[in-house]
Amino acid sequence: MTAILSETIKTKPSARRDEETAARLAVMSAGATEGWSVANREAALERVKSMGLPQPRDEYWRWTRPASLIAPEAPTASVFDPAETPIFDAVDRVKVVFIDGVFSAEESDPLELAGVSIERLVEATSDIHWASELYGKLEARGQSPVERPLAALNTWAATDGLLIRVTGKAEKPISLIYKHASETSDATLHHVIKLEEGAELTLLENGPAAARFNKVMEVDVADEARFHHVRAQGRDHERRAATHIFARLGRESLFKSFTLTANGVMTRNEAVIELLGDDAMAHVAGACMGDGDFHHDDTVFVTHDALNCESRQVFKKVLKNGAQGIFQGKILVKDGAQKTDGYQISQSLLLDGDSTFLAKPELEIYADDVACSHGSTSGAMDEEALFYLRSRGVPMAEAQNLMVIAFIAEALDEIEDEGLRAELLDRLTGWLDRRRG
Amino acid sequence: MLEIKNLHVKLEEEDKQILKGVDLTVEAGKVHAIMGPNGSGKSTLSYVLSGRGGYEVTEGEATLLGEDLLDMDPEERAAAGVFLAFQYPVEIPGVGNMTFLRTAVNAQRKARGEEEISAADFLKLVREKAKTLKIDAEMLKRPVNVGFSGGEKKRNEILQMAMLEPKLCILDETDSGLDVDAMKLVSDGVNALRDEGRGFLVITHYQRLLDHIKPDVVHIMADGRIIKTGGPELALEVEQNGYADLLAEVQ
Repeated sequence: MTAILSETIKTKPSARRDEETAARLAVMSAGATEGWSVANREAALERVKSMGLPQPRDEYWRWTRPASLIAPEAPTASVFDPAETPIFDAVDRVKVVFIDGVFSAEESDPLELAGVSIERLVEATSDIHWASELYGKLEARGQSPVERPLAALNTWAATDGLLIRVTGKAEKPISLIYKHASETSDATLHHVIKLEEGAELTLLENGPAAARFNKVMEVDVADEARFHHVRAQGRDHERRAATHIFARLGRESLFKSFTLTANGVMTRNEAVIELLGDDAMAHVAGACMGDGDFHHDDTVFVTHDALNCESRQVFKKVLKNGAQGIFQGKILVKDGAQKTDGYQISQSLLLDGDSTFLAKPELEIYADDVACSHGSTSGAMDEEALFYLRSRGVPMAEAQNLMVIAFIAEALDEIEDEGLRAELLDRLTGWLDRRRG
Repeated sequence: MLEIKNLHVKLEEEDKQILKGVDLTVEAGKVHAIMGPNGSGKSTLSYVLSGRGGYEVTEGEATLLGEDLLDMDPEERAAAGVFLAFQYPVEIPGVGNMTFLRTAVNAQRKARGEEEISAADFLKLVREKAKTLKIDAEMLKRPVNVGFSGGEKKRNEILQMAMLEPKLCILDETDSGLDVDAMKLVSDGVNALRDEGRGFLVITHYQRLLDHIKPDVVHIMADGRIIKTGGPELALEVEQNGYADLLAEVQ
C-alpha cells in the first residue's frame, strides 16, 4: 500500500506576515560570517523568508499569539529573584553558564568531560566540522509537515550555544544554566548534540535565560545511544520563551525529555521527534504550574518511521487565576511502522473558573498493526477527595498540595534518574508550600 | 462525649430540610447504632458531624467533649477526635496509601501540639495494624483506594481508624458491599478498637452488622428525627418486622 503522508501545512501568504518578517529580520543578523556554519545559516534564512514568521491564523498558532515572540524588540521582563538555591546545584555536573544568552567562562566549569567533546558554537569556526551535518539540518527536516519558522530564524541568527559530541557514557550530566540579567535581553541559542552509537548523556537545563529566549536544540541519537533531558524553565514572571527540540533516533536508542515550568508570561515548547531505527523509544513529558499572567504551550510532533518503536507524551498543567495552557500533540505513524506503541495524555487541573486549557491531540496512522492511545482531560480539583483527606485531619492547603502533586506524578515519573526526580518533586512541593503561605 | 441537641439541617443549595430536630447523646465506651429506612437522614447526620460541605445547620448544636463541632473545619474535627468511616471511600489516584496515612497521622499530631511520628515507628505501627486487617504490603503502596475491591476499601477505612485513634468513630453503612467474611474481618477490626474512652456511632440499614458489632443502644431514625431508642432488642425487632410498624407507631 502506498500511503499519502500528510501534506505540509503551508503558511498562507499575507502582507502582514511579510511586513512583520521583514521588520524582525531587519534588526537581526547572521550569527556567524565565517566557517562551516555560514552555508547552514544561509539556507535557514531562505527558509525563514519563504515561510515567513508565524501569524495568529496559522494552524498551530491559533491558541498562542506569536506577536510578542516575533516583535523586533523583546518586551521587557524584570529579573526575578526566587530566593532559593538554584535547582540542580547539588548535582555533580559540568556547569555551563549563559547570561542573557552569552557564555560566561568565569561562571562555567572547564568544558571537559570524559567521552564527550564540548565546544562553543561561536568558537567552532573551521571550514569543516562534524556539526555541519546536523546544524539546521534536523531543524529543516522538522519543517515538514508543520512549519516552524522561529526555529529556522534561530538557526540563521544564533549567537551562541554548544556543540556536544558524545562517544561514550558520560559519567556526569552537562548542566546548562541560563541566567537572566537584563530586562531587555533577547537571546538566541542553538545547541547540537550528537550521541554516537551506544553513547549516553544526561543534559540538564535551568533558568529564565533572558527577557525573550529563542532556543533550538538538535539531538542526533545513534543506534543504542541514550539521551536524558531534564529541564526546569526559569521562574521570572515576565520572561518569554520559544524553544524547539529536534531529535532523530536510531535503532534501540532512547530519548527522554522532561520539562518543569513554573511562571513565565509566555512559553512555547516544541518537540519534534523522529523514530527512524527499529525498537527505539521516545518519551516527552512536561508539567507546568501557572498562576495569573501565564501562557504555556506544548506542541509535540512524534513520527514513527520504523518497526516496534514506543513513544509517550505526558503533559500535565495546573492552572489558576486566568492562566492558559495549550497542548498540541501529534503521533504520526508512517506506512510500514508496524508494532508501533504510541501513547499520549494531556491533562489540566483548573484551580478556578478563570483558567483555560485547550488541547489538540492528533493521531495519523498509516500502518495497520499498531497500538496508539490518546486522552485529554480538563477538570477542577476533586471536592470529594479533598473532603476525604481533610476528614482524616489533613489541612486544606496540604490536602490541595497532595492533590496537585498526585496530578503531576505521571509526568514526573518520566524522569528516569531517581535523584533528579526527587529533586524536582522537592522543588514543586516547596513552591506549593510557599505559595500557600 | 457526643451531644447533639435539636439539630436541624437543610441542603445548602435547595430548600430541603433533612434533619428536623435530632437529639442524641453518645457516651464514651458505648456503641450506639442508628437504624432507619432509606432517606431518613442517617448519612446526612454522619456528614454534618464530620464537616462535609453542602449542608446548612439551621438550628441546634453538636459538641464533642464540650467543644462545638459545627464551628470547625473538617480537619479540626478530625484533630478533635472525629472519624468517619465512609460508606463510599474515595479513590485518590497518585497519592500513595502510606503517604496519605502518614500525612494524616502527622497532621493530627501537629494540630494537637504533639511530635511527629518517625518514619520507622510509623512503618512498624502501620504494618502491625495492617496485618490484623489482612491488608498486605502491596495494598499499602497503591494509591488510596484505587483499584481496591469493596471489601478492601472498607478494611482500609478501619486501618485509618486504627492509626488515627479517634475519640468518636462514626461508621456509615460500613456493611454495605461486604460479604460475610469481609464483614467479620471489618467487625473484628472495629471491636478491637472498643475501649472506655471511645464512643461509636454505627449507622446501618440492616441488623446483620450488629450481630458482629454489638451495640449498647439502638436508635431508630425516620424523617430526620430519632423516633425510638432502646437496647439491642430494638434491632432484632426491626429485623423481624421491618420499619413499617415503628413508623406507624409514631404517626
